[in-house]
Amino acid sequence: METITSIKPLLAVLVSLLITPILVSSRGPNVRETWTFVAAGLKFLLVVSMVPAVLGGAEIVYTMAEVFPGVAIKFRVDALGMLFALVASSLWIVTSAYSIGYMRGLNEHSQTRYFVFFALALSATIGVAFSANLLTLYLFYEMLSFATYPLVTHHQDSEARSSGRKYLLYIVGTSIGIVLPAMLICYNMTGTLEFSRQGIFAGTEPRSTMLVLLLMLVLGFAKVAIMPLHSWLPAAMVAPTPVSALLHAVAVVKVGAFSVLRVLTGIFGIDLLSRLDLGTVICYIAAFTVIVASLMALSQDGLKRRLAFSTIGQLSYIVLGVALLSPKGMIGGMTHIAMHAFGKITLFFCAGAIFVATGKKNISEMVGIGKRMPVTMIAFFIGSLSVIGLPPTGGFFSKWYLVLGTLQADQMPMLIVLLGSSLLNAAYFLPIVYRAFFCTAEESMFPNTVQEAPVWCVTPLVITAVGSVALFFYPTVFLQLAELAIGK
Amino acid sequence: MNAHYPALLVTVPLLSGFVISTAGWLNKRFCFPIAVAALAVSAFSCVGVLLQVIEQGAVIYKLGAWEPPFGIVYHVDHLNGLVLVVVSMVALINLIASKRTVQEEFPEKLGPFYTMYVFMCTGLLGITVTGDAFNLYVLLEITALSGYGLLSMSNNDRSTFATLNYLYMGTIGACFYLLGVGYLYIVTGSLNMRDIAQILPSLYGSKAVVAAFIICLVGVWAKMAFFPLHGWLPNAYTFASSAASGLITPLVTKVMIYVMIRLILTIFTPAFAFSVVLVSKPIVWLAVIAIVMGAVLALASRNLKKMLTYIVVAEVGYMVGGAWLGNRIGMTGAILHIVNDALMTLCVFLAVGNIVYKIKDTGFENLQGLFRKMPFTMGAFVIGAMSIIGVPPTCGFFSKWYLISGGLQAGQYGFVAALLFSSLVSVVLFFRVFEIGFYEPLADHHGHGHSAPQPEPQPQMHPMMDEAPVSMLVPLMVVAAGLVLVGMYTGDIVEHIVRFAIPNALI
Repeated sequence: METITSIKPLLAVLVSLLITPILVSSRGPNVRETWTFVAAGLKFLLVVSMVPAVLGGAEIVYTMAEVFPGVAIKFRVDALGMLFALVASSLWIVTSAYSIGYMRGLNEHSQTRYFVFFALALSATIGVAFSANLLTLYLFYEMLSFATYPLVTHHQDSEARSSGRKYLLYIVGTSIGIVLPAMLICYNMTGTLEFSRQGIFAGTEPRSTMLVLLLMLVLGFAKVAIMPLHSWLPAAMVAPTPVSALLHAVAVVKVGAFSVLRVLTGIFGIDLLSRLDLGTVICYIAAFTVIVASLMALSQDGLKRRLAFSTIGQLSYIVLGVALLSPKGMIGGMTHIAMHAFGKITLFFCAGAIFVATGKKNISEMVGIGKRMPVTMIAFFIGSLSVIGLPPTGGFFSKWYLVLGTLQADQMPMLIVLLGSSLLNAAYFLPIVYRAFFCTAEESMFPNTVQEAPVWCVTPLVITAVGSVALFFYPTVFLQLAELAIGK
Repeated sequence: MNAHYPALLVTVPLLSGFVISTAGWLNKRFCFPIAVAALAVSAFSCVGVLLQVIEQGAVIYKLGAWEPPFGIVYHVDHLNGLVLVVVSMVALINLIASKRTVQEEFPEKLGPFYTMYVFMCTGLLGITVTGDAFNLYVLLEITALSGYGLLSMSNNDRSTFATLNYLYMGTIGACFYLLGVGYLYIVTGSLNMRDIAQILPSLYGSKAVVAAFIICLVGVWAKMAFFPLHGWLPNAYTFASSAASGLITPLVTKVMIYVMIRLILTIFTPAFAFSVVLVSKPIVWLAVIAIVMGAVLALASRNLKKMLTYIVVAEVGYMVGGAWLGNRIGMTGAILHIVNDALMTLCVFLAVGNIVYKIKDTGFENLQGLFRKMPFTMGAFVIGAMSIIGVPPTCGFFSKWYLISGGLQAGQYGFVAALLFSSLVSVVLFFRVFEIGFYEPLADHHGHGHSAPQPEPQPQMHPMMDEAPVSMLVPLMVVAAGLVLVGMYTGDIVEHIVRFAIPNALI
C-alpha cells in the first residue's frame, strides 16, 4: 500500500484549535462566527483534499513525536478514518450555521465560551478519526471528553451540574479506570499499539485474556453508550440543542463507536476475533442495547430524550454490524456512521427549531405542530425515515447492508433484532409526525398560521434532510471508503 | 567559562545573596533585579552543563582543584543534569512571577526575602550537583534553614507554628541522614559518593552498611514528606506566602526524591538496594499507602491550597514507589516524574498565587465565580490539573504511563491500582473546585430560556472580570504551555537523558 507523508492530517486537526485565541479575543458575535465558518470551511477542505488519495488506496501519514518506544503520536488517514472525518467536518459547517440561529434566537449567555469549546471538540474529533494508534486515539478521546464538559453544562444551573457529574463519571471514569489499564496491558504484551489489519496480538494468547481485554476496550470507550454505560447520554441532553445535535448524534458518540471499530479491526483484527469467536459476544451485548434502548425510547416524552435513547440503539447497530465480522455487515456498520449522522442531526435540529420557535420540549405538547412549522416537520419525517431505515433515505442503505450481513454471517437472532428494532423505531418516531399533521382543529395546540424558526435554524435542517435523501441515491463515496476499510 | 558551569551554577546565587542583603540596606529596588540576574546565570549554566553532559558524558568539577576522594567534587551526570535544569528554571520562573506579591506582602523585608530565596536555590542546586555525601548534608542544612525563614515569613499567623513543626521534622530528618553518612564513613573511610560505591561491594554483608542505608533513607523520607512522615508539609506550605510556596513546594520534595534515587543508584548500587536489602516490596506498599492517604486527605480538605499540598504528598508516593519497583521502566517513570511533577506543581501553585493575590483566601467558599473573574489563570490551572490527573498530551500522563507500566512489569498490582485510584480521585478533586468556580453562585436565571429573540446578544466580555496582572499571568502561561511541550518531547527526554541516568545493571 502506498504511504504518503504529509502534514495535512495535523493541519486538519489543528485548524479549529488555532482559531480559539481569535475567538477568545474577538469582541463581537459577527467576528466570532465568521472565524468559526472559516475554520469549519478550511477543515472540510483539508479533509476533502485527502479523499482522492485515500480512494486511490493510499494512506497519508504524519508522525509528530515518538513518546514511548514503539508508540508515537501519529496520524494516519485511512479509509475508515476518512469516512468519519468527512461526516464530522461537513456537518460542523451546517451546525455552525444552526448554532448562530439557535444561540442568537434564545439569546444564550457565554457564546464565546460556547464557540471556543465547540472548535476544540471538533479538533479532537478529527484527531480521533486520523489517529494511527490507540495512544493517539486515547489522547484525542480524552481531549474531547473535557472539551465537551463546558458545552454540556452550558446553562450552569443545578441540573447542568448534576448532568455534568454524570457525564464525567461515565466518560472519564471509564477512560481512566478501564481503557488506560487495558491499553497498558496491551502495550506490555505486544510492545505496540499501532492499528493494523491483522491486529497487534500474536494470536497465541489465551482466549480468556483476549475476552477480558476486548470487553475492557469495548465497554471502556463509554461514549459508544453500550448498556450498562449508557445513561450519561440522556443526561447530557441538558446541553443546548446544537451541542446535542453535533456532539451527541455525530461527534462524541460516533467517536465512541469509531474507537470500538478501531479496537475490533485494528487492535484485535477480524481474523483473531472470528477464530476465537469473540465477535458473537460483542454482537449479543450490542443487540441487547439495540432492543432495550428502543423500548426505553418509546416511553420518553421529552423529544430530545427520545432522540437520545434512539441514538443509544443506533450506535449499537454500528458495533453490531462490525462485530458480525462478515463483509456486508461490516460495510453496513461503517456506512451507518454516516447515514445515521445525517438522519439524527436533522432530528435534533428539528427539536431545537421547535424549541426556539415555540419553547416546547415535550412530545405531548406538539400535537398539530405540523401546521405551524411544516418545513421543520417534513424534515423531521425524512430524518425519521432515515433512522428507521426506509427508502428513499440513506438509512435504508446501511440497514440493508446490515441485514445482508446477518445473513452472510448466518446470525438469525441478529436479523430478528434488526428487524424488530426497525419496527420499534417506527413506533417511536412516526406517531410524532402523524400527530403533528393529522389532528382535528380542537386537538391542535397551535394556531393555524405558518411560523417557522429563524432562517438560520431552518436552513441547516433542510440541508441535512436533503442530505439524508441524497445519500440514498449517491452513497458511493461512503460505500467505497467502507469497502476499502475492510480490504475489498 | 564553559568548564566552570558546575561551579557557577552554585556560587553565583550564593554570592548574590550577600549582594542582595547589602542592597536591601541601600536601595530595596535593586534586590529583585540582582536575584533575577543571579538565577538567570545559574539557569544558563545548568542548561550549559546539561548540554555538555548529553554531548560528552559526565562532567566532573574539582572544587579548589583538590583531587577526589579528598576534595569535594561536583559530579554532573544525566540524572542530576536534568534535575539541575528543572530546579533552576522553576526557581527563576517563580521568582519572576512572584515579584508583585512579594512587593505587596513584604515591602519592608525585600532584602531578607530575596537573600533567603537565592540561598534556598543555592542549597537545592548544591544538593543536586555535589558528588560528596557530606557536602550534601551541609547543603541540605542551607536549604532547610533558608526554607524555614521563607516559609515563616508570611502574613498568616499560623505560618510560624507550622514552620516550627517543619523545623523539628526537618532537623530530625537531616540528623538521620548525617548519622547514616557517619556510619558509611566509619565503614569505608570515604565521603565521595563514587569512591564509597567502589569500596562498598566487599562490605555488603556488613550490618553497618545496611543500617547506614536504612537510616539515610528514613532521613530523606522525612525531608520529602513520605507518608507517614508527611505531617509537617501541608500546614507549612499552606500558610506560607505564595512566593515561598511556589518555590518550595515544587522543588524540595523533588530534590529529596533525587537524593533517594542517588542513594539507590550511585552510593549504594541497584544490586545492593534491590537484592541485598530486601525492602523494595514493603517500600512499594508504603508508597501505595502514601498515594491512597494523600488522595483521601486531599478529598477531606476544604481549602484549595491545602488540597494541593496533600496531592504533593500523594505524588511523593508515586515517585518513591516507582523508584523502588526495581526495574528500569519504574525508575524511568520516577525520574521523569521529578521533572513533570515539579512543573505541574509549579503551574498549579502559580495559579493559586494569582488567586490569592486577588481574593486572599483559598477556602472553597471563596472560589465562586472564579472562571468568570480570572479566566486565564483558571485556564492555566485547568491544564495543570489535567497534568496531575494524567490526561495526554500533558506531561503528567507520560510519567504515569511509565510508572504503571513498571508496576505491571514488576507484578506490583497494588501500585498500579493505587495510581489509577489516585488519577480518578484527582478528577473528583479538581472538578469539585471547577464546579464551584463554574456554577456558583447559583442564580435562577442565566439568560437561558425562552425569551423573546432580541437583535443583539448579551455583551460578551463580562464586566466582572478581574484578572491578575500580566507580570503574573505570562509566567503562568509559559509553564502551562511547558506542560504540554514537555509531554510531547517525553520520547526525546527519555531517549537522550533519562536512559543514560540509569545504570545498565538495572533492567
